[in-house]
Order: sequence, then structure tokens, then C-alpha cells
Amino acid sequence: MFDSFTLSQLQELWWLIVSLIGSLFIFMTFVQGGQSLLSYVARNELEKSLVINSLGRKWMLTFSTLVLFGSSLFAVFPLFYATSFGGAYWAWITILISFVLQAVSFEFRQKQGNLLGARTYEFFLFINGIFGVFLFGIAVATFFSGSSFQLDDYGQVLWQHPMQGLEALLSFFNVALALFLVFLSRTLGALYLLSNIDFRLDLVKDMEKRLRKAVTTNLTASIPFLLYFMVTLATGEGFAISSETGEVFMEKGKYLHNILAMPGILAMLGAGLLLVFWGAAKARQPATTCGIWFSGLGSTLVLLGLFLTAGLNNTAFYPSSFDLNSSLTIYNASSSRYTLTTMGYIALGMPVVLACVALFWHKMDREKISTGEVSDFTAKEIY
Amino acid sequence: MIDLQNLILLDWSRALFALTAMCHWIFIALTLGLSWLLAFFETFYVKTGSGVWKRITRFWMMLFGISFTSSLATGIIFRFQLGTNWSNFAFMAGDIIGVPLAAEIIFGLFLMAAFYAVMFFGWERVSKKTHLFATWIVALGSSLSAFWIIVANAWMQHPVGMAFNPDKARFEMQNFSEILLSPVAISKFAHAASSSFQVAALFVLAVSSWYLLKGRHQDFAKKSILVASVFGLLSSVFTGFTGNVAAFANARNQPMKLAVIQGLYDGEESAGLVLAGILNPDKFPGDSKSPFLHKVRIPGLLSLLANRESGLFVPGINDLVFGNSKYKIMGAERKIEQGKIALELLSQYKTAQKEKNGTRTKMALANFKNYEKYMGYGYLDKAEDCVPPVGLTFYSYHVMVVLGLLIPIIFLFFLYHTYKDTIFRKKWLLRFGLVSVFLGYIASLAGWIVAEVGRQPWVIQNILPVSVARSNLTTGTVQLSFFLFLFLFTVLFIATIRIMLKQIHIGPETPRIE
Ligand code: HDD
Ligand code: HEM
Ligand code: HEM
Repeated sequence: MFDSFTLSQLQELWWLIVSLIGSLFIFMTFVQGGQSLLSYVARNELEKSLVINSLGRKWMLTFSTLVLFGSSLFAVFPLFYATSFGGAYWAWITILISFVLQAVSFEFRQKQGNLLGARTYEFFLFINGIFGVFLFGIAVATFFSGSSFQLDDYGQVLWQHPMQGLEALLSFFNVALALFLVFLSRTLGALYLLSNIDFRLDLVKDMEKRLRKAVTTNLTASIPFLLYFMVTLATGEGFAISSETGEVFMEKGKYLHNILAMPGILAMLGAGLLLVFWGAAKARQPATTCGIWFSGLGSTLVLLGLFLTAGLNNTAFYPSSFDLNSSLTIYNASSSRYTLTTMGYIALGMPVVLACVALFWHKMDREKISTGEVSDFTAKEIY
Repeated sequence: MIDLQNLILLDWSRALFALTAMCHWIFIALTLGLSWLLAFFETFYVKTGSGVWKRITRFWMMLFGISFTSSLATGIIFRFQLGTNWSNFAFMAGDIIGVPLAAEIIFGLFLMAAFYAVMFFGWERVSKKTHLFATWIVALGSSLSAFWIIVANAWMQHPVGMAFNPDKARFEMQNFSEILLSPVAISKFAHAASSSFQVAALFVLAVSSWYLLKGRHQDFAKKSILVASVFGLLSSVFTGFTGNVAAFANARNQPMKLAVIQGLYDGEESAGLVLAGILNPDKFPGDSKSPFLHKVRIPGLLSLLANRESGLFVPGINDLVFGNSKYKIMGAERKIEQGKIALELLSQYKTAQKEKNGTRTKMALANFKNYEKYMGYGYLDKAEDCVPPVGLTFYSYHVMVVLGLLIPIIFLFFLYHTYKDTIFRKKWLLRFGLVSVFLGYIASLAGWIVAEVGRQPWVIQNILPVSVARSNLTTGTVQLSFFLFLFLFTVLFIATIRIMLKQIHIGPETPRIE
């Protein structure tokens, strides 16, 4: 089946799949968003326990999606993996550490003898909630703004900035996308908690109010950053590949051209944003809790549109601002044809696994998490 | 030509990698084995409907959860370190090992992540049968995960199904099934998995022994011991068997590793197997000193094990370094010469390509193909560089094998006395059981040292030495990362152990009427 594709079709197909995984990760950052909201929405131990247990049943899926994103990039665009990880070293190490902190915090927080105390683990959750998403956003933004590296004849990366990746924090363009994602994840987090927790008891009515409010405030806060990012993106220069020579050059309005050249992407961005707002609007209606599905799908579409803009239509997806022709494109950074095909067959397993995940997610979430379930602080399975 | 700066950077990178690997493995060995034990315990619960089995399942599941979490925390660092600290390896081999590593996420990690939630929080939310199903899938998922990763690792030990692409300067996959079904991968997985089952079984014995010594939870402890020691005993037989298969595979694919494992400097026909020995620390390849201060040897056995036929020649370290014309073994010196030519031709090819000089490009490429086979050796400076650290590998191997013989005996004793119901009175056995979990860990870590240190200086056997595989970072960067992770993992480790000890101290929930 994949054998009949041309090499460049395979490369484009894989950029699409990888982009989809990356966008799904952004949807799944509702876990991080929820973590960063913890101290705002939960005012007592019971509320805290509700929030943490609700998020605690999903965090591993988000974590796995992130790892799947990294791993599929490794398999199909190994030169990107080697260049970015080996070069933007500190940026990635910082992201990783924030996820190590997350991994242990859910499990350890309530356990006796946990060395650091519950507060510290809650702080770790906050750190991961903010910085995990923020730094990931910075990394995605460099797909558009470029990094300073050079590749030698043997594909070895020489990073040109002593901060090894952290210098990307100095660009407000990058920061804007990152902050947009942070606020978006908090919006999604609040929506998820609304849908997952049983608010019928009066005891937790206040928390419900705070969550509904958090949806609006966070979405509102995110908009200026998105606007700044999109306007700069559309008006600024982009890294284009010359279709004759294959060389990379700067083109004014490149990303706007991409969006206009691929109407599907324009539709994705538009529909995505509408859905995000629609989901958030749902949270303003009392008793409606399904907003997460609209906003979640919407964020996935928006991000997918962005990723595709970065890589398709003769664009360098991991550009080097130091040496334009060291820039990575989906054509020069990809695996061999054989590997792309093999990975194609392996990826066929993905829908099956995802269906499995969805089925059991549904089974587990049929009943909402109730106060009764999480208030037995001696039970061993409570986070 | 020793580049000191490079050497120091390399050593720090290796130290960082070894630290991460060891921390990960400590939790993985337990996670892998416990996941299966849980599946057995819960099956007994569903079959009998008895509350004791349910308590047993839930108690060990809680410890499994802690260990699993720490596995994830260390694993994510492990994965991305292949990119951050070994970026040139990631580039040169990514086309190949990226595939099993991605497959691992889809078929291993994702399954575990989805079903872990059901297993932990689903007791009241899904039916008994569905819950049992989830527990079995987690066990299966953890072993699948291990399988895919070991496929990647086995390929590094014995690279098959690939070819070098001079245009991209990297290795590319040619045949996936050869990589997936490589006998090294299969035997390595079987050995690593079954050895982890032993570690987990010893862990269960240790905790249960402590309860019995304290006179607590006796029924609980006895049932746990029974299942664990049957599982452990079967696993240890399998480990011993697959370990020998692994040694045989080494003899064929990594003769240097086998020679080092045995401290064999001068190859012999009918070589003897060294059962135990003390190495001469002053011995170097090529000198005339005796390799051992003391040794116990079974004549002829090594030849038999290595070749499946007695009396055949087993090459020693000196033969592999300096060559042996009688047995037609090419020494590393010659290989290095040829490798240097290959590298030179490759660079000529690259230059010609840049200059768009068609004939020179073709010539350089044709020439390169003649020397390509030993290209990896071209990165080494001198022949002795291809010898891994002898002492560490030799002693680790022997420690592993001795423990491999001892551990099944421990299981046998426990099984016998539990079956006879005399285990309460055997205080010495229980005390021994308490410490035996450390023996399991020592054997397990020693095994990885044999596999990984015994492969030095290669990241990919005969193809890519560690010195070329690393990223272009400053020594300071890697040093800082090392101490950062040392700190992080130490805290993580202490917290994990403390929580486990506390939970063990609290014990399984007291029986309720069910
Ligand atoms: C409880 C742990 C344990 C025990 C008792 C044994 N092993 Fe082992 N061994 C391992 C745990 C282990 C391991 C940690 O799982 C390794 C590291 C790499 C691998 O695949 O398995 C390993 C590797 C390993 C290797 C190196 C494979 C390679 O280079 O790739 C050999 C030759 C053996 N083993 C042989 C044996 C023999 C002959 C044993 C005794 C009967 C034995 N092992 C017991
Ligand atoms: C979890 C079990 C493992 C342990 C305990 C382990 C241990 C080690 C150790 C101690 C080293 C350093 C050897 C030295 O430099 O002297 C090493 C090297 C290495 N291992 Fe493993 N290893 C494990 C599994 C793996 C696997 C599964 C892979 C591949 C996917 C792998 C890839 C590497 C690489 C790339 C190196 C190169 C760095 C070096 O040689 O220093 N290891 N390992
Ligand atoms: C119970 C099964 C296991 C679990 C839950 C587990 C967990 C993890 C996690 C979460 C990661 C990072 C992402 C990933 O690769 O999945 C990882 C990476 C890694 N693990 Fe494990 N692991 C398991 C088994 C093993 C085994 C058996 C080995 C070695 C023999 C191993 C060696 C490694 C290595 C080398 C990496 C980094 C390379 C890679 O990403 O695959 N793991 N592990």
C-alpha cells in the first residue's frame, strides 16, 4: 500500500501524521492546564483531591502522547531529532526535567514517607503545568523563527549560541506562541475538570463556579498573544525552499502565502478557533459540561494548521537563521524510503491502539468522579 | 594523538548515560516482573473469588505503581538522551533504531498508559472480567515495551539488515524483519525479561519474609511466596538457558566480548571455561605476563559452549588485536589501516560531489566500497583501543553466573518449606530471603555491565565507536547535566524507596468482610 507512494508523498504524509500527534498533544495538555489551575480552583483538601484525581487518571496519556511525538520524529525525521536535541540541549533538558517532576508527583503526593511533602509535589505539578507547555510552545515557535545552527557534511550539528536552545526565550514572537498555549491549556484544563467531576453536591458548587470563570478568563488572556503571533507570522519573512535549486531563502509573507495556497489549512485554523470559542461559550451555560470536546477538537485543528504551515508548500520546518542552507526540510531530514514505508505499516497500529484508549476512557468516565470516591485518604489507589 | 578534551567529554557523557541506564533498570526489572505476578494474583482472585487474593493483588499493585512511576520518570530521560547526548549516533542510526523505538510507544507505552488507569482506578468502575483483562494487558504491554527496546539494543550489539549510505553519511535500514527477528534480539529479550522476573520474585519473597519474621499477615505472605517462588524458579531455569544462548551468540558476533568475559588472551583449541579467577591487574594485550593470578578452569568446555562443538579454536584478545594468520584472523591493526583509508575516500567522495566532478565522484565511491567494511575501525587510534575494560566485564560476568546458579536454589528452598508449611520455623531462610533481593539486583546490573561495557569501544559493534557517537557539547555542559541528574535521581530514588518501605510497613489492608 505505502509502496506505491513516491518518496516526497511519503515525506508529506509523515509530516501530516507527526503534526497530528503534536496537535493531539496540545489537546491533551488539559492535564498541564489543570495542574497549573490547582491552587486557584481548589481551596481545600477535598477540592484538591478531586482535581488531582481527575487529572491523575489522564496524565499518563498526555505523557505518552508527548513521547510518541518525539519518537515518531526520531524515526521519520532523524536529522531533526539529532539537530534539535543535540543542539537546543538546555531547552529540551529543561522540558524533560519538568516531565520527570510531573511523573512522580501524582503518585507520591499523598503517600506517607514521600520525603518532600505534599506541598512540594503540588508545586512540581504547577511547574510542569506552566513550564512544560511553555517550553514546548517555544520549541514549536522555532519552527517558524529559526535557530542558529550549522550542519557539517556528515550531518553533525554545531549549535552557534552558548545558551544551547534557551536563547529562543529571548524572542517575543516565540514567547507569544508559548503564552498562548499556556492559557489555552488552562482553558482546556478547566473545561475538562468541569466535564469529569460530579458537581451535584453543594459542597463543591463554589469550585464549579471558579472553573467556569477560569474558562473565560484564560481564553480571554490567550487571545492577544495569538493575535500578536499570527499577525507577525503573516507579515514577516519565512524560510522558503526554492523549487528550482532546492536552496533555502527568505521570502516576505511566506507563511501567509502558505495559508492562502492551502485553503484546507485556512479552514482548519478558522474552524478550529470557532470550536475553541464555542466550547468555552458552553461553559457559560449552567449545567453544560461538554465544552472540552469542542475546544479540544478546536485546539487540535488550530495546531495542526500551524504545523502544516511550517512544513508543507516548500517550506523549511526547522530553519537555521545562522546558515540558511543548513535548514531542515521534510525532504532533507527524513528517513530513507524503506524506513518511511515500514513506519507506515507500523503506524497502522495507531488507530487500533487509539480506539482501545478511547473505549476504555469512555468506560472509565461513564460515572463522574465524586467527592465520596476521593475522600477516603487512607485508600491506596487515591492520588 | 590522544585528545584529552575529547576524552574527558566522552567520559562524562558515558557516566551520564550509565547513571540513567542503571536508575532506569533498577525500576524496570521490578516493574516487568511484578506486572506478571499481578496478573497471576488477580487471576486467582477472579477464579476463587477469595478476598485474600484480592488483598494480595491490591497490595502488590500499589508497590508496582510506585515502581512504574519511577520507571517512567527515568525512562523519558533515557529516551531523549539518545538525542541530547549521542546526537551523532541518533543521526547515523536513527533510520534504523528509530523504528523499534517508535513501535515501542505505540504498542507498549500507550497500551500500558490506557490500561494502567483501568487497573488502578477501575476496581469499582468496570466489571471484574474487564479489570482482569486490563491487568493482563499491562503485563503484556510491559513485556512488549521491553521487547522493542531490546530489539534496538540488540541491533547495536549485532547490526544486521542495514547498509551505509555515503550520500547522507548514515546507516539505512534494508530489511526490517531481519532486525526484528535477529536471534540476538530474541535471545537477549528472553534473557533480560526472565531475569527481571526473578528480580521481582525475589522482591516478593523478601517482603513476605519480613512479614513472616514479624508474624504479620501470615496467610497473605505464604500465598505470595508460593506464587512468586514457582514463577521465580521457572524463570531462573529459563534465564540460565538463555544466558548460555547469549554467550554462544557473543562467540559468533562479538568474539572480543567473549574473550574478555573469559580473560582469554591467547586463543586456544579446546579452550577451557574459567569458573572463577583473579585477574592479573598488570596484564596488557601483547605482553608476556600471565593473565591470571589464580584461576579454576574446566578444560575444553569453553570451546564446546562457544562453538557447539568441542576442540574448535576460540580466539583470544591478542589474536583479535594483533591478528593470527594460522587461523585467518585479521587483527585490529590491519582493520584500522583499512578503516582510515575508507574514511579518507569518503571525504574525497564528499569533496568531489561538492565540486560536481562526476568521474572523481564515481571513482571515490567505487574505491570506498572496497574499504567500507572496516570504516568504523578507522575512527580508532590504535589496535589496543578495541579491547573493552577486561576487569569490569570479567568480574561482572562471573558474579552474574554464580548468582544465576544460587538464585534457583533459594526459590527451591522457599517452595519446599512453604509447601510443607514449615516456612514459619525457618528463621534463617527468611532472613536470607530478606537480603536475596539484593542478590537479584546485583546479578541483573552485572548482566548489563557485561553486555554494555563488554561492547566498548563500540556503540554499534564494529561500526561506530562511542567517541564519534556523542554530541558536540562542551565538557561543562555535560558535567552540569551529570550532576543535575545525579541529584534528581538520588532524590527520586530515596523518595521511592522510602515510600515503598512505608507502604510495606503499613502492610496490606486488614481483611474486611467481603
Ligand atoms: C537476575 C539476573 C540475571 C541472572 C541470574 C543471569 N543473568 Fe545474564 N544478564 C542479565 C541478567 C541475569 C541481564 C541484566 O538481563 C542481561 C544484560 C543484557 C541482557 O540482555 O540481559 C544479561 C546479559 C548476559 C550476557 C551478555 C549478553 C550480551 O552481551 O548481549 C551473557 C553472556 C549472560 N547474561 C549469560 C548469563 C549466564 C550464563 C547466566 C547464568 C546462569 C546468567 N546470565 C544469569
Ligand atoms: C536498561 C538497561 C541498560 C543498562 C543498565 C545499560 C548500561 C549501560 C552502560 C553502563 C553504558 C556505559 C558503558 C561504558 O561506557 O562503559 C551503556 C552504554 C550505552 N548503552 Fe546501554 N544499558 C542498558 C540498555 C540499553 C539499551 C536498551 C540501549 C539502546 C536502546 C542502550 C544504549 C546504549 C548506548 C547508546 C550506549 C553508548 C554510550 C556508551 O557506550 O558509553 N543501552 N549502557
Ligand atoms: C516495564 C517495561 C518498561 C517501561 C514501563 C519503561 C519505561 C520507559 C519510558 C516511559 C521510557 C521513555 C519513553 C519510552 O521509550 O517509552 C523508556 C525509555 C527507555 N527504556 Fe524503558 N521501560 C521499560 C522497559 C525497558 C527495558 C526492558 C529496557 C532495557 C533493556 C529499557 C530501556 C530503555 C531505554 C534504553 C530507553 C531509552 C530509549 C527509548 O526511548 O526506548 N526499558 N522506558
